Amino acid sequence: MSQSVMTPDENLSKNMGRSPAEGHEPKGEGLRGFMSSSRSDYLLLAIFALAILTMPIWLAPIGAGYPDILQKFAIFGIFALGFNILFGFSGYLSFGHAAFLGTGSYAAVWMFKLLSMNAVIALVFAIVVAGVFALLIGYVSLRRSGIYFSILTLAFAQMSYNLAYSVLTPITNGETGLQVSGSDPRILDHMFGSPSGRGVPDFFGIELQGWPGFYFCAILLILAFFVTMRIRNSTFGLMLFAIKSNQNRMNYTGFATRPYLLAAFVISGMYAGLAGGLLAVTDPLAGADRMQWTASGEVVLMTILGGVGTLLGPVIGAAVMKYLEQIFSSFNEGVLHRTFDFLPHGLQEFMVTITSPFVGEGWQLTLGLLFMIVVIFLPGGIMEGVRRISHRFRRGRGETNAAPAHDGH
Amino acid sequence: MRRGDRPRTTRSPAEGSLVGSMDAIILQILNGLDKGGAYALIALGLTLIFGTLGVVNFAHGALFMLGAFCAVAFSRLLTISERVRDESVTFFEAYKEIPYLTLWYGDTGQAIVDWAVPLSILLAIPVMLLIGFAMERGLIRFFYKRSHAEQILVTFGLAIVLQEIVKYFFGANPIPMTAPPALAGSADIGALFGMSNISYPMWRIVYFLFSLAVIALVFAFLQLTTFGMVVRAGMADRETVGLLGINIGRKFTIVFGIAAVVAGLAGVMYTPILAPNYHLGMDFLVLSFVVVVVGGMGSLGGAVIAGFLLGILQSLASMTEIKAIVPGIDQIIIYLVAVVVLLVRPRGLMGRRGVMEA
Repeated sequence: MSQSVMTPDENLSKNMGRSPAEGHEPKGEGLRGFMSSSRSDYLLLAIFALAILTMPIWLAPIGAGYPDILQKFAIFGIFALGFNILFGFSGYLSFGHAAFLGTGSYAAVWMFKLLSMNAVIALVFAIVVAGVFALLIGYVSLRRSGIYFSILTLAFAQMSYNLAYSVLTPITNGETGLQVSGSDPRILDHMFGSPSGRGVPDFFGIELQGWPGFYFCAILLILAFFVTMRIRNSTFGLMLFAIKSNQNRMNYTGFATRPYLLAAFVISGMYAGLAGGLLAVTDPLAGADRMQWTASGEVVLMTILGGVGTLLGPVIGAAVMKYLEQIFSSFNEGVLHRTFDFLPHGLQEFMVTITSPFVGEGWQLTLGLLFMIVVIFLPGGIMEGVRRISHRFRRGRGETNAAPAHDGH
Repeated sequence: MRRGDRPRTTRSPAEGSLVGSMDAIILQILNGLDKGGAYALIALGLTLIFGTLGVVNFAHGALFMLGAFCAVAFSRLLTISERVRDESVTFFEAYKEIPYLTLWYGDTGQAIVDWAVPLSILLAIPVMLLIGFAMERGLIRFFYKRSHAEQILVTFGLAIVLQEIVKYFFGANPIPMTAPPALAGSADIGALFGMSNISYPMWRIVYFLFSLAVIALVFAFLQLTTFGMVVRAGMADRETVGLLGINIGRKFTIVFGIAAVVAGLAGVMYTPILAPNYHLGMDFLVLSFVVVVVGGMGSLGGAVIAGFLLGILQSLASMTEIKAIVPGIDQIIIYLVAVVVLLVRPRGLMGRRGVMEA
């Protein structure tokens, strides 16, 4: 797996040696922007780490200060970060990324069953398995680009989903889902006499539930963020951006683009595997519905919502979406009545009637609308909105030339 | 899928296994035809939209679903009932619901109620046309110039919204619909082929013929009318047609409407085969996209042929004999075919050279 990551780097240095001018040709402010910002990037990382670790404090006022939901923020943040490496950096829209999430979950649960409840072993295995799986699917899918690539990834993900439900039942336990039980062999645990008979994943003795679980996910998220940042600032990341802006030109100038894309695909598959593994760590259960194409759509939504191609965007998008899911789906008529309590009675009834289809069972309606609004009016997502506002502030009444991030091909 | 509807062979034990398996194969081919018809109709609309407007419409499955719910709404409308004393029960006060139509018009009314599904075509055509126009004017036309990824995303969002709206009004459970009694039974297909008895649900045959008729209508419209000629010209070269002074935008709105109607009609007639629920569209959408890609982006004929082909392949793969050789093949056959076709022949079976070939 590490080989597939290395190969393109070797290729890159070879190619760069051949025509250095081509690679360093200034292409406007975007390029200079991310070549020269290593110090501000570390500042960003520090702020990011601080913000993530203090989430329990500053998210408490909006009702998200408990570990279950914060874990979700972190896990899906990792998932979206990885997806962004592929879609945001190289412009290849995969509609089957949930396959790797599901594979990661299955792999992690199998490790819990066979070897040990230690989360590290399970996560490493989840990443490796998802990486290999991504290598296989990516190798085939990347022979095409554009919408064909999307359809190919979708086809593979649907195949995995259908197989997980039917033929692969011995591995996936079909509709019931794979779960740990007391009678599992857990070879390593028995060898070293570890105490985790309760079936709770642990990190060298610390049971990963509640707050320890959140901090475990949070630290991995910060690590994942760091790696993403390094990838973006590397020549490899530059290559992906170049492929996004004009793959034909890249091909004509003699770069083999596919190894870079494959590397990006595998890396983002490994992120998804890590996220899937973490889902299994926080709740040792893996079901095939994690692989369904709606789950793939969800990660696309998160990335778009936050801002495609940006560093912070996907994490924000994931958090916002999981937050909305949690909040909106838990609303009911009673809560609505209390919310609109300040209004006169008739108006209150009216507001409750108006808003009730959008909450509770119908929160997906809100999601769909939000999603459409973002794509229509703010194609760059939340990050784009932030940039526009800060532009306003900085330049006063100057024209906002923040062009929407088109991914052209 | 309603289990009771599954076609059966009645085969005497004396017959050889070869004849028996021939029966089974013919039966499976027939079985694939109605599903293939639905795929073909949806894929036809998708291709029409993609070929003319250049838009990848992920909300097309939702249009199919809306069509199905047109049928549901129409039959509910027809069966608005009054509680009437049931005279046949004499021991206690019993009531039964009788549709007003039956009360007012007697047998004619009852016949209308029975034929609700085919009749709802009358409602579905104007409704779907309006929905199509509204979608194109209100949303899609702003996305002509944007990337395919953004088109996919916005129509995906729209699909979610549409299906949630339907869920709000009709609930989350599948709503079973019945075919008219005259067409609800089984037909002895075997006699046509001079084979042994193959009984086959009549409605599935009706659906197949219906889909053929709709496809023929669409093709005739495109090939034989001036409007169709302009649309075909627009598919070939939109810019030039515009330069000739033809308001191609207006034409494309109508094309979108037609595509919506085709998907809607496919949905209306499919309701007796598969009880519609709100996520019906999503289930068909993924498959229809695969069909479009296999047939070749932008090729109408390809979409139709690939639709039937994949429908038949799918039901052939679900034969127990084949499943015994390759377990699970019925689950993945369509996707597998799509992968192979895309890798071997990137522009699909009948795709034009240079259209989305990458």
